[in-house]
Amino acid sequence: MIWYAVIAASVGCYLFKLAGLSVPERILRDPRTRRIAALLPVGLLSALIATQTFSSGHHLTLDPRAAGLGVAVIALLLRAPFLIVVGSAVAATALLRLLM
Amino acid sequence: MLRDAGGIALTSGAYAVSCGAICTAAGLTVPQTLALSLLMFTGASQFAIAGVIGVGGAPFAGAAVAILLGGRNALYGLRLASLLNVRGARKAFAAQFVIDETTAMAVGREPERAGRLGFWATGFAMYALWGLGNLLGALGAQVLPDPEVLGMDVAAPAAFLALLAPRMRSGRPWLVALVAAATALAATPLLPAGVPVLLAAAAVAVLALRLRDTGDAEHPGDGSRPDDSPPEEPAPEESASHHAEPRNSRRPGGGSPSEEEVR
Repeated sequence: MIWYAVIAASVGCYLFKLAGLSVPERILRDPRTRRIAALLPVGLLSALIATQTFSSGHHLTLDPRAAGLGVAVIALLLRAPFLIVVGSAVAATALLRLLM
Repeated sequence: MLRDAGGIALTSGAYAVSCGAICTAAGLTVPQTLALSLLMFTGASQFAIAGVIGVGGAPFAGAAVAILLGGRNALYGLRLASLLNVRGARKAFAAQFVIDETTAMAVGREPERAGRLGFWATGFAMYALWGLGNLLGALGAQVLPDPEVLGMDVAAPAAFLALLAPRMRSGRPWLVALVAAATALAATPLLPAGVPVLLAAAAVAVLALRLRDTGDAEHPGDGSRPDDSPPEEPAPEESASHHAEPRNSRRPGGGSPSEEEVR
């Protein structure tokens, strides 16, 4: 099942890349297309962050992951590099679980 | 130019290690992780499918989110089409390399030959190091004990946050982000895992269209203003119309978080 999803998603992503090189310019130049393309990643990423931090199965939860995400926010505000942002969030979450 | 390409590839190699680790921690096998990095080869989408599977979502819901996130590569391809001027088999090959980093290294270079070199050099270097990094991360995460105890379940959201941050420079992305997060959380108790994210995407699409309508009403006849893209977009809107302007000076070999933006 996962293999099929991996293949399907890879094909879909590839077709988007190929479409950009192939489709007539005016279709992708449409302001509506561009606005959706600019805002959709923002919406998808925030939805992914929200569900993966504040839910567990079908329940909304507040657990050490939220603290880890808070640490990531601080790291980002301090302009830390990517690996430090992720690493500090992971470390803070693990530490808090150890203490709880 | 080649040093820049190598620098960007090395930076993303480190990013690839965390991507591979997150994928296997989410429950993908090492071959699946490697297949994602070689076949999909667009980082944010790889994180997304792993993230959805990791929280127990349907693999195909994860695939749909990954494909939607990959949609922006079509806009990069649009920018690169005339520069690369490739056809047939070469185009099919070049398409796989159409991602944030290669676009940033190619668009706006003068002469155009340098732009093409930037695209291909960055593409080959990144493809090799991206696959290697993912493999190392995947193998590394395999030897770890329970990923949840180690806090690995927060790695994906933290990575998403780092990808999101450069886009949050104005009010509109904040509005969109809040609507999407609220929609997804509200739907979580009701829908299968992964589907709330798709619902949020639909809400954002509707919202984006409505935002445009009000924008046009406020600025009649100004609908083509390219203001809908955040300033940190790797290949900014205005670069298409200012090819003569060298844009490469702000990319010293890769390393600032903004270069690690959604891939």
